[in-house]
Amino acid sequence: MNDSNILNETGIIITLFLIAIPVIVAAILVTIKANASIRYFLKKEELKRVQSQIMNLNEDDLVTLEKRKSELEFQLTNNELSGNSYVSDSRGLVGNVINSDEPQFIEQKKKSQVRPSIQPALSKLILWYLGCSVFWLLFGTSVGIYLGFKFISPDIDHIEYFSFGRLRPVHTNAVFWGWASIAMIGLAYYVIPKVCNIRSLSIKKGYFTLWLLNIAVLAGSMTLFFGINNGGGEYREYVWPVMLIFGAGVFITLGNFIRAISIRRTKEIYVSNWYIISSLMFLLVIAVIAYLPFWQNGLGETIVQGYYMHQGVGMWFMLFSLGLMYYFLPQQLNKPIYSYSLGILAFWTQILFYTLIGTHHFIFSAIPWWLQTVAIVGSAGMIIPVVAGTTNFLMTFKGAWSKVSKSYTLPFYIIGILFYFTGSLQGTAEAFRFTNLVWHFTDFTIAHSHLTMYGIISFMLWGFIYTLVPRLTGKEPSFILVGAHFWLALIGLLIYTIPLMYGATLKGISWMQGEPFVNGLEIMGPYWLWRAIGGTLMWVSHILFAVNFITMVKKKRDIHIPKNAIEILLARKTLLKELSKK
Amino acid sequence: MDFFNQHKKLFGAALSLFVFLTLVVAIAPALKNQNNNAPLPNSEILSEEAMKGKLVYISEGCVGCHTQQVRNVDMDKIWGDRAGIAADYAGINRTDLWRNTATLMGTERTGPDLTNIGKRQSSETWHLLHLFQPRFVVEQSIMPAYTWLFEIKEVLAPGDVEVIVPEKYRKDIKGKIVATPKALQLVAYLKSLKQTQLSEGYSAPGFLYAKKNVGNTSSTTKPLLPDGKLLYANNCQSCHQANGEGLSGAFPPLKGSKIVLDDDLEVYVSIILKGFDARPEYGVMPAVGLNNNLSAEDITAIINYERTSWGNNAKPISVEETRKIMDFINAEAAK
Repeated sequence: MNDSNILNETGIIITLFLIAIPVIVAAILVTIKANASIRYFLKKEELKRVQSQIMNLNEDDLVTLEKRKSELEFQLTNNELSGNSYVSDSRGLVGNVINSDEPQFIEQKKKSQVRPSIQPALSKLILWYLGCSVFWLLFGTSVGIYLGFKFISPDIDHIEYFSFGRLRPVHTNAVFWGWASIAMIGLAYYVIPKVCNIRSLSIKKGYFTLWLLNIAVLAGSMTLFFGINNGGGEYREYVWPVMLIFGAGVFITLGNFIRAISIRRTKEIYVSNWYIISSLMFLLVIAVIAYLPFWQNGLGETIVQGYYMHQGVGMWFMLFSLGLMYYFLPQQLNKPIYSYSLGILAFWTQILFYTLIGTHHFIFSAIPWWLQTVAIVGSAGMIIPVVAGTTNFLMTFKGAWSKVSKSYTLPFYIIGILFYFTGSLQGTAEAFRFTNLVWHFTDFTIAHSHLTMYGIISFMLWGFIYTLVPRLTGKEPSFILVGAHFWLALIGLLIYTIPLMYGATLKGISWMQGEPFVNGLEIMGPYWLWRAIGGTLMWVSHILFAVNFITMVKKKRDIHIPKNAIEILLARKTLLKELSKK
Repeated sequence: MDFFNQHKKLFGAALSLFVFLTLVVAIAPALKNQNNNAPLPNSEILSEEAMKGKLVYISEGCVGCHTQQVRNVDMDKIWGDRAGIAADYAGINRTDLWRNTATLMGTERTGPDLTNIGKRQSSETWHLLHLFQPRFVVEQSIMPAYTWLFEIKEVLAPGDVEVIVPEKYRKDIKGKIVATPKALQLVAYLKSLKQTQLSEGYSAPGFLYAKKNVGNTSSTTKPLLPDGKLLYANNCQSCHQANGEGLSGAFPPLKGSKIVLDDDLEVYVSIILKGFDARPEYGVMPAVGLNNNLSAEDITAIINYERTSWGNNAKPISVEETRKIMDFINAEAAK
């Protein structure tokens, strides 16, 4: 296998194509911005030229211009039709007068729309969920960035509790179970009652669950710091007592949601509910199977591990987020989802194919060959739900694309959808036997997991949170900071993943050619540095996200200057009252 | 459709489909695999010490960077003599009440595969030094330094195992570095990691995707030797270093070494094949040649590389010379 023909391999070609998509989209966005600046610059130049011409005008020109000026300045007296009698708005019909002559530096994005209010208690519960998830995002990614630095500076510390092997699962589990899971459940507490058209969901159970989830992630992180883990399987590092607490939380949530659906006031069960309820059920199934103590000897453990880790990402995070997407996207675009049937097709095919693919993490291992082949076939089958889902979302945008540039939430949706396509199909490409040969065991896997868990899940969740929270609180974040969050996260992710994938390919080829193992370490050096840089940008974006979240929840009410008659009179009345008290 | 409007039927159907597929691709194969595989007849059970070491391995999360699986592909040949089979893992059961079975197959190879590390590197001296500070022995390593598995003492107590630190790193450390029981247990575990030889009735799948031998078509009449530099890197370099200077105080230099440059090859070949423990100032050299199944061609290539590198300037030797000495040593051993 020499490197000249590596570019002819299907899996590699597919991956290159897929990586190109987000890069091209980012390039287009940047081009649009750059184009605008260039045009602005050219106009400025033209202005200078015109100004110099103006300075060189002669007397005759000036006279002509003065004459034309007086002609242009002719104005009607504005009462030719109404006459001189007094105008009054006796019904109070004229309002919302906007003075548009104030300077505007930042493009005005569309404000969050006022929605029918929900119970204040439920709203508070949802904010608590989201607040906790923001905390775990900051915690988990702070650990993550530190791990990234360890690749370029392994002697940064020699502290037992912070060593790479112990911190790695702290990072992955905190962002999994802390950030994404808690955020998803919190958002579902809004979506489920909405699409069932009911008001009641047990708030008490909601808080109880939130306690359980937080305790589980906290306890899990602590045990991992102290070197107590379940024995190696990814995302299965928490020991069973910890996972039991988490599972109890999921179980209570499932009960709460199913009860809501059983008393729904709509005839249909909206497709969001399909996805959300299924993901809760499936997570319980896989957790029970993975944690049951009386089996999984030898390779049995590995077979279950492949199943567990992949169903964890695909059936829990992906299915749940898609369910939320089926609610929030049509909401944001103010139009129905393009095709309800495509959503249903994607749902059933996702279950059919995704369940099969766990073993593709152990291609060429001692796991039965037929099982590996089933996993590869299932991975290829994933094209159906992914293409169906992406088409559905993008077609929903049809005719509403103009809304994107006016919205501070929709860009998150678009990137989420884009990476849903790219990241998922990249998974398919990676499962082929040849690509596995090059990329398995390398940093490519890490790039892939960030393209998906970050590019898909986190971007979608941010979009949903920026959509929902202003509706709950009536307070909006600074558009500039939301924009900064978006760009830092996106550019950071690209800087993180693309060099890592490139370096990993070189490393894989080096291994295949039988070069000494240390060569791979030398190859990766610069790409690990790029990863740390990209990771830092991503991390900074999370700080901005936290700031935005606090703004949306805690922002002080603006000082209100009384403007119209009602307000002025009211203000006068209260002021007089205060005066008289003194 | 009415079906879609009844939540019990709808969710019941989704759950049934998922559980059914789970049975087929996860539960049934896992059960079948654990019930139909027994440990290989000549496999060794972990000693108590090694078992404790395995717990340290689990607890420190070594599996995050090290795999323990030799895949049936050509590029994995350097990690073992054969591809792994289900029976290799069959003896591994649930760790304890709190922790699941640890097959430790892993999914990342940021560090080398460890399936056969006990055979590839059986020197305790090297392992302890490497755990204390990996960059002392492998410059490019990014592995954490497990300093908390060691303590620094003024005087050695009886039974203490001191870590031999090369002189150039000595100056920052006062006192003697002593391995804690945990470090010794971990090394015992690492040394116990060896692929079991297959006995009759067992077979491992062959290695796929073999590299096509792009034959060197130069017109020399000598038979082609393997790449000595690569063999040196894979078998010798972690102790004797890339510059052949070794690590003074731990591993002897090969640059200018009498044994390497001498015309009498018997000692030289014997050391590579069977190891060496004659000089108290250095660590014990394991039987690299026997452990790693080096052929006469491999050993000749290594010898010729060592005799002509780093300023060494001795006459290259032929495969026949090596083979003769190896036959002699094997015959001696047979007696």
